[in-house]
Amino acid sequence: MTAIYILWLRELKRYTRSRAQIIASLGQPMLYLLVLGFGLGSVFQRAGFGSYLQFIAPGVIGMSVLFSSIFSGLGLLWDRQFGFLKEMLVAPVPRIEIMIGRTLGGMTVSVIQGLLVLIIALIVGFRPVNWWHIPLAIVFMLAISMVFAALGVAVGSSLQDMQGFQLIMNFLVMPIYFLSGAMFPLAGQSWPLKIATRIDPLSYGIDGMRSMLLGTSTFTPLTDIIVLACAGAVLLLVGAYRFSKIQI
Amino acid sequence: MISVRNLVRTFDAFTAVNDVSFDVAAGEIFAFLGPNGAGKTTTIKMLTTLLKPTSGTMVLDGLNPLADKNEVRKRFGIVFQDPSLDGDLTAQENMDFHGVLYHVPHKLRKHRTEELLKIFELWDRRGEQVKKFSGGMKRRLEIARGFLHTPRILFLDEPTLGLDPQSRNQLWTHVKKVNEAEKVTVFLTTHYMDEADRVAHRIGVIDHGKLVTQGTPAEIKEQTGTRTLEDAFLKLTGTTIRDESASATDNMRQFAKMWQQGGRR
Repeated sequence: MTAIYILWLRELKRYTRSRAQIIASLGQPMLYLLVLGFGLGSVFQRAGFGSYLQFIAPGVIGMSVLFSSIFSGLGLLWDRQFGFLKEMLVAPVPRIEIMIGRTLGGMTVSVIQGLLVLIIALIVGFRPVNWWHIPLAIVFMLAISMVFAALGVAVGSSLQDMQGFQLIMNFLVMPIYFLSGAMFPLAGQSWPLKIATRIDPLSYGIDGMRSMLLGTSTFTPLTDIIVLACAGAVLLLVGAYRFSKIQI
Repeated sequence: MISVRNLVRTFDAFTAVNDVSFDVAAGEIFAFLGPNGAGKTTTIKMLTTLLKPTSGTMVLDGLNPLADKNEVRKRFGIVFQDPSLDGDLTAQENMDFHGVLYHVPHKLRKHRTEELLKIFELWDRRGEQVKKFSGGMKRRLEIARGFLHTPRILFLDEPTLGLDPQSRNQLWTHVKKVNEAEKVTVFLTTHYMDEADRVAHRIGVIDHGKLVTQGTPAEIKEQTGTRTLEDAFLKLTGTTIRDESASATDNMRQFAKMWQQGGRR
């Protein structure tokens, strides 16, 4: 158990120590919120969907949770790179504990990141319809971070070096984001897009957050949480399996 | 302390370690020498549970590394060829992290961390992030960390690679000191023959995966009729240069150089 704790603590320490990177990582969500939120606002309003800033805020929170959780898993590559992975793998600790510690650390960091974006959104004018639902929105942040931290570990364990990183970014992370309905409503699309958005687990996470913060959703919150839990369970198993197979 | 019999490891058609047998007595400093790609690191990987042998048996401190993986892991410390510290953590935190992973009780951990960091002359810098350390300091920290959980055996895979003569000298002085004080068996590899000559009680020479000879430095020099260990080594292993192809890790290091700043996450 102490191994899980120390690995979790390490992730947290590394996060809080990289102040410059925390600020840098908030730049992108701020751009989305401000430029898209206000830029597309009038078009969205005229189309009869209401305030775009309100609509996009849960999506942007979901985006930053997605990015930081998937990168926490891919951080394995950096540990491999800087040799620290060997220190962990040769220790008298079951690998599953190492994987759990890392994943919990990544989830914690991602939720903190999500909360920071929520605060920024509140500052620029986002208002949840029900303040008491914010803790429930955090539950969805946790669920999203679990799914994608596990996916990150699975992918990070399977790659030997950083060469594949751009591929992962462009063909996995960005599609997950763009297909999640973070930026557009999930209703009323052509069928290929409809199928793609429904396969993407992030769709359910963002839908869940929207139903908590805005009171509107495409699926029901129960569906959302069940899908996320199942996706999370499967990816954790895959991640643990891939992690157990790492050779150094 | 270490006993290896008929150890073999093949990678597809290539035999990296071919029928190697040797013994290392408790408290001994044993140097494993060989040109690049001779099979040194592969042997260390097998002894340290990171790689399964194709065939052969190994016994470490009375245990089989294949069967009692975690028990064996508690009994050895290892300093890898490449650095394995977390640069974002401080020296103290790197020690703590290791201590927790190896189940060293809190009090003992504190005590030993202080003791070892003082021996390796890092105590004053314990609160600094490791990424600010010089190469020599990092190596010293890694070796201090390797001793933290009072292992019975310490593996050192080319620990002095890339260090200046001063750091190398100091490092071996420290290793010898702890070896004598704690009766730790040391298994090391190095390319510097003068170091092996000075530090090691016994030496094994490996080439093309086969153990060519073993004995004390004096015995090996006598056996080959040479004056220095360097000459003896060249006589035993020839003068051809061995080239290794770049591994995935090498490629990644190249990539990381381009991303050095802010590359992490």
